[in-house]
Amino acid sequence: MEWIQQIVNGISLGSIYALIALGYTMVYGIIKLINFAHGDVFMIGSFVGFFAITGWNLGFFPALLLSMTVCAILGVIIERVAYKRLRNSTRIAALITAIGVSLLIEYVVIYFRGAQPEAYPKEILPAKSFELFGAKIDSQSLYILLITIVLMVLLQFIVHRTKIGKAMRAVSHDQDAAQLMGINVDTTISATFAIGSALAGAAGVIFGLYYIKIDPLMGIIPGLKAFIAAVLGGIGIIPGAMVGGFILGIVEVIVSAFGFSSWRDAAAFIILILILIFRPSGIFGKNTREKV
Amino acid sequence: MKSSIKKILVASTLFAGVLAGCSGGHNSSGGNSGGGDAKGDTIKIGANLELSGEVASYGQSISEGMELAIEEINASGGVDGKKIKVVKVDNKSDNAEAASAATRLTSQENVLAIIGAATSGNTIAQAQIANDTKTILLSPSGTAPNVTENEDGSINEYVFRTSYIDPFQGTVAANFAAKELGVKTAAIYSDSASDYAKGLAAAFKETFQKAGGKIVAEESYVAGDTDFRSTLTRIKSANPEFVFIPGYYEEVGLIVKQARESGVTVPLMGADGWDSPTLVDLAGKDALNNTFITNHYSAQDPDTKIQEFVTKFKEKYKDKSPDAFNALGYDSVYLLVDAIKRAGSLDREAVKDALAETKDISLVTGVVTIDKKHNPIKSATILEYVDGEQKFKAKVDPE
Repeated sequence: MEWIQQIVNGISLGSIYALIALGYTMVYGIIKLINFAHGDVFMIGSFVGFFAITGWNLGFFPALLLSMTVCAILGVIIERVAYKRLRNSTRIAALITAIGVSLLIEYVVIYFRGAQPEAYPKEILPAKSFELFGAKIDSQSLYILLITIVLMVLLQFIVHRTKIGKAMRAVSHDQDAAQLMGINVDTTISATFAIGSALAGAAGVIFGLYYIKIDPLMGIIPGLKAFIAAVLGGIGIIPGAMVGGFILGIVEVIVSAFGFSSWRDAAAFIILILILIFRPSGIFGKNTREKV
Repeated sequence: MKSSIKKILVASTLFAGVLAGCSGGHNSSGGNSGGGDAKGDTIKIGANLELSGEVASYGQSISEGMELAIEEINASGGVDGKKIKVVKVDNKSDNAEAASAATRLTSQENVLAIIGAATSGNTIAQAQIANDTKTILLSPSGTAPNVTENEDGSINEYVFRTSYIDPFQGTVAANFAAKELGVKTAAIYSDSASDYAKGLAAAFKETFQKAGGKIVAEESYVAGDTDFRSTLTRIKSANPEFVFIPGYYEEVGLIVKQARESGVTVPLMGADGWDSPTLVDLAGKDALNNTFITNHYSAQDPDTKIQEFVTKFKEKYKDKSPDAFNALGYDSVYLLVDAIKRAGSLDREAVKDALAETKDISLVTGVVTIDKKHNPIKSATILEYVDGEQKFKAKVDPE
């Protein structure tokens, strides 16, 4: 029953990738920018959660909400300060700026607290494990999956059932036309950054809870993996990011399960290369034109 | 393009991590060398240590141990009537600084011997200078085999060490598993990027198989990984009775925690790379139960020589319990002084030869005999984690 346990491992890992990938894909959908600072927003979210839990003795859910709020604000600040004025310049300029913002966030954090890792407190959530068909399942894995699903349902609701969601979809279709229809494009783009960054913040807290060790450069690899997940699902497409995240998590686990654990990162990047060669628009890319 | 830059960053970050990890594992401290041609009543010894920089805690610990030993020796009349004088230089945990510090100690201070550096890399950086100037270089904690032995198999004539070498810990762990714990099957889970971990894993495998055991799984990880669950699940399904995990505490802490969560309940074992308070933070006290490490020494060892040292150390340093580096620094001074006494003079070559012939000298970190490769043959200490505390378990003598 090793396989059930491996699939559970893969889904937990995939949930985190999926949450981060959503932010990439939403931002790309609306302003065609790969926001490489997104992995660092994830890192900030993790640290905010850490300080909320250890410093202020908050419980898990208040810490999660606080982290999402701080990251949402940070996302808006990054957009307003760094990306807004580049909206009409070349895409490469915005991309390079994103690299700069990413490095800035990483090294400002290192400047203020050093590069040493921090250990998330344990027992924030009841950590029981139980046997299911011979596989050992950790209750934390279930919490992670549950929180991820709730957040994704919430996101679908916002995008499809609210006014701001409608505005986001409109701006992603045609920015100029949306403006002519009276939609405030600036506010809509900021809202997209806020929502995407809040999801990254949530992923950061979940990551800390599940993997314990956090450090200022922790966002780089999960950020890149989430980017692959977003491309895999079809960048710009929300369900694509979710599916891409889960697929990537499970693929990585399967590669390790066959005994090629040192090839795990390579497998993720091989997927990226193959997707870019054979299906650049991603799994969900061909028939769906809607982008958010 | 962005991602390629990122990859370079990632690669360099990982690389830096590996380097930091390595230096963490191997420490070496500088020694005292009395100026060989000193006519006066002092023996001048250099200390080339990591007093600042990334592994500053190792260098400082060694320095504390050395000071205690020198104080004792000088208080009891010195070496053949001559007092020991130490010239301390900070190498800033940097290879280039270590080399220039060695140059300064040999050319300007004209020391008899250098104790240092704490890490293997910083010691190797000085090896050539030591050989050229006929200055004894004694590393308290440089554990990489190539500190004393070059790649072509030749020995650095003037370079010695006080600690045992990396592979020895693997041998000790295998004997402990096979004989003390009586396990028949074991898995190895090692850091594929670190020479330290690879050396330990190879030695463990060889000794364990020789003792009649079977290696049922061999897996590896890369420094910087955070998710080990899938590999651990794989290890679990191979049903080993014991898992050997040579590596450094940053990853090992997570591995131990995730192993317990994945249902791996068998004893886990590692080496001195685990020895950090951060390990307990990362893994948690409960997960660390039933895990063992090999180390240079334990302050809880009931051995009278060790308890004497602990008492004296606590008197000098405000009740601080001495760690392995304190003990190695202390021992390095005595190892050198023993050689000077046996040489009967301050002639560099005579002292070097005496040091190479060291036999059965009783030190805090064990009874030491120097072998042909200038490595000490000595015992290793096995510690067990009980509720997050290291407890003395056993002392294993070399075969």
